[in-house]
Amino acid sequence: MTALLEARHVTKRYGDNTALSGLSMAINTDRPSITAVVGESGSGKTTLARIILGLTPPSEGQVLYQGQDTAHLSGEQRRAFRRDVQAVFQDPYEVYNPFYRVDHVLTTPVRNFKLAATRAEGRRLIEQSLRAVGLRPEEILGRFPHQLSGGQRQRIMVARAVLMKPKLIVADEPVSMVDASLRATILGSLRKLTDEMGISIIYITHDLATAYQVSDNILVMYRACVAEAGEVERVVKHPEHPYTRLLISSIPKVSTTRDWLEDDGVEKVRALPGAHGCRFVDRCPVAMDRCATALPPLYRTEAQRATACFRYADSPELHAGAMDEVLAEAKAPTLA
Amino acid sequence: MNAILKVEGLCVAFDHPLGMVHAVDDVSFSLAANERLGLAGESGSGKSTMALSILRMIKPPGRILGGRVELDGVELSALDQEGMRRLRLAGIAMVPQGSMNSLNPVMRIQAQIADALADHGVKLGSGALEARVAELLRTVGLRPEVARMFPHELSGGMKQRACIAIAICLRPKVIIADEPTSALDVVVQRQVMETLARVQRDLGCAIILVGHDMGLMAQFVDRLGVMYAGRLVEVAPIGEIITRPRHPYTQALISSLPSLEARGTMQGIPGLAPLLRDLPPGCAFHPRCPMAEARCRTDKPAVRDVGPGQQAACHFA
Amino acid sequence: MQAVLRYLRRNLSLVLGSGLLLFLLAFIVVGHFIVDVEDARALSARPLQPPSWRYPFGTDRQGRDLLAVMVAGTPLTLRIGFIAGILGVGIGTVLAFVAAYYRGTVDTIIRGIADIGLTVPGLLILIIIAVSIRGGLTVNQMALVVASLAWLHPTRTIRAQVLSLRERGYVEIARMSGMSGPGIIFLELMPNLLPYLAATLVNAVSTAILASIGLEVLGLGPIDAPTLGMTLYWVNFNAAMINGWWWWWTAPTVIILLVFLGLFFVTVGLDEIANPRLRRSA
Repeated sequence: MTALLEARHVTKRYGDNTALSGLSMAINTDRPSITAVVGESGSGKTTLARIILGLTPPSEGQVLYQGQDTAHLSGEQRRAFRRDVQAVFQDPYEVYNPFYRVDHVLTTPVRNFKLAATRAEGRRLIEQSLRAVGLRPEEILGRFPHQLSGGQRQRIMVARAVLMKPKLIVADEPVSMVDASLRATILGSLRKLTDEMGISIIYITHDLATAYQVSDNILVMYRACVAEAGEVERVVKHPEHPYTRLLISSIPKVSTTRDWLEDDGVEKVRALPGAHGCRFVDRCPVAMDRCATALPPLYRTEAQRATACFRYADSPELHAGAMDEVLAEAKAPTLA
Repeated sequence: MNAILKVEGLCVAFDHPLGMVHAVDDVSFSLAANERLGLAGESGSGKSTMALSILRMIKPPGRILGGRVELDGVELSALDQEGMRRLRLAGIAMVPQGSMNSLNPVMRIQAQIADALADHGVKLGSGALEARVAELLRTVGLRPEVARMFPHELSGGMKQRACIAIAICLRPKVIIADEPTSALDVVVQRQVMETLARVQRDLGCAIILVGHDMGLMAQFVDRLGVMYAGRLVEVAPIGEIITRPRHPYTQALISSLPSLEARGTMQGIPGLAPLLRDLPPGCAFHPRCPMAEARCRTDKPAVRDVGPGQQAACHFA
Repeated sequence: MQAVLRYLRRNLSLVLGSGLLLFLLAFIVVGHFIVDVEDARALSARPLQPPSWRYPFGTDRQGRDLLAVMVAGTPLTLRIGFIAGILGVGIGTVLAFVAAYYRGTVDTIIRGIADIGLTVPGLLILIIIAVSIRGGLTVNQMALVVASLAWLHPTRTIRAQVLSLRERGYVEIARMSGMSGPGIIFLELMPNLLPYLAATLVNAVSTAILASIGLEVLGLGPIDAPTLGMTLYWVNFNAAMINGWWWWWTAPTVIILLVFLGLFFVTVGLDEIANPRLRRSA
């Protein structure tokens, strides 16, 4: 069946800077799952989010919503697109209009998408969504944004996304500006949305650990390209791409073994990747000659794994449309 | 233990129209020379305010209500404005949060270091200055060419290391680093922390690392203090805190760190951090504590010794 | 209410400015009961009398009771200012929002016209317009003449504000919640700009009053109206200063001073509300 959302060879350039390069992926929502997109700043993950959400047009390539190019949607199709694909953004402060109470962000979609026939029904719908994310309506409604904590505000945003019963929610760093103790609760409610309400989620973050905890699949991005993709347990426990390995080993763990700090000395500087080489060649400990001259394609190393590294050139190349097969649903974890 | 920094009973409050807010409530700890002390806590715990108050950099409506701070035997509250100014950077240096964004965008790195030196009466001729700057940059792992660069030409990690270079230029006895890596990705974070460790070895100074990442604390500090609602609720060597945390909040904080071992094990702490101007009676953590009893609601637990070098503020520790 | 009073204690400018303006308002209202405004016309009293109990502000060369002139004229001057200011800011706001929200060609055109208009000396244009209107000007026509230029500056400054607000997170969320352009302008952007618009309005009124007084002093205003500016015109025409008839020019000058001081302090006060960075801590 047609995928809900598909990106075909999407490239985005800002002047000289390439933010995203030739990315193809598809999201099928008949099998709801959480896909994490992990990368550092500059990797292109936020650009990907904005392009999928239709907030920024791609420089090359297309984004298709149910087979139709999102750049050329009719008014009605656009409304359907807006209902099916929703977002939760990073900053729980900026997204609230300080002039209004928080009810405003919840009543606006109800009104614009005609989600309820009467005021009372709308109110019931809003209260239901708030409860679904673990908030008590009586503590939230009627308050101004500055009267609530960052964590509460972010959960209201999740409730807002859920109101429209979307098929896909794109969450861009939803917990990075929230206290550590609240992250589990918010991510837990996102997991519940997938397990109980069948909503697929794209979870964009720089935090590999939370991505591992809550997702089924993962896309690791580096400098505008996909470095590795696949089922999250495999990628994290047996990383293939040298960048993924570097990322995992750089995370400080809570343990009495202190092996994290090593003396690095002066920053190693190798020639920056040329226009056509692998993006990671200047930092890669196992770079070969080939890596500086050509960009590695994604090789399908396992049924549910693809890596863009010449070290795996023995495996078949991943055909552009097959990314969604790599990102198939896995066994869902249950969060405490 | 020869303490290079001793803090006793520090209290800092902010005047708010709805009442006084006690951001730092009776905090005491000591820092040995060459030691790495961590100060962990979430937003609103008072840790950044505490760091600023050691340097007497609290601005109205905040003020230091009381307490003593002693640096190498010198009582800091006895110093006048000028004395305190000379101490900042030369005695205690701070790398504040987001400092990489506070580098002067129109001055080269060398000029900014020269500024810091000149403010403390160290005026060097151009040759000597270049040599000093090159050495500082080498200590923090930056190439000498960086001296002539502007901040916007450096990456986030490099900027942060430049800030560390400014912080150490007068060889301080204590460096306070407030969330030095929160805006950086994990790979760069490790480089910056390695720099900090190397700097500490070279200078023989002590470091206070303020932050909320328990993993980072576990891998970097020697001792850890945990702050909640303005109070220091636990202090202990890091190994002890990881294996046997005594305060329920410390336990919860450690469990809330997402692990890379098994999925679906992430735990949060129920409830919300209390508003500092509206603290619950008794122990500030009791509404969220799984072990809370009647006495926790009425009696504020004092910080007690619960083991060698270990203190905790909990009735059950 | 408590919070309002507490705030007013901190924002002395607003209090002072409003106080001055309220005082003038009281002067006008009470004045209407004390004097007969007909006495503001020529030949109502013996000319050139210095202030006395009968005529507290004295009389001018044409026999006008100057107190009556002030009581009748001040509201006229203020009216010109307010009409021109409101029209100017009203037009400016609409143009600014359209330009800033939709960008593209519309923005270029509006911005271009405003920029060209701003470089030409305003008073010069007003003089040309006033001179070309056949017959005398009425007070309302005066207001329209000034309004014709009053929208230029507000358009630019409000546009700048809207441009920055447009990028805010809550605008994106509104878009994702199905809101359209006009909806976003009115429901999301406008409310946050109200303090700024209020400050701009007061500023525009101030400028408009100054422009109208300027035109009147030059003799281009409504000849028969006893406005403050026209009074000064007659002062010049009759060389009142040289002749020592100090009461004639003192009254209008003081009142003009009070008007501008009042408007200035209100602007400063509103600026503090509009720009949180200026707020001093409690």
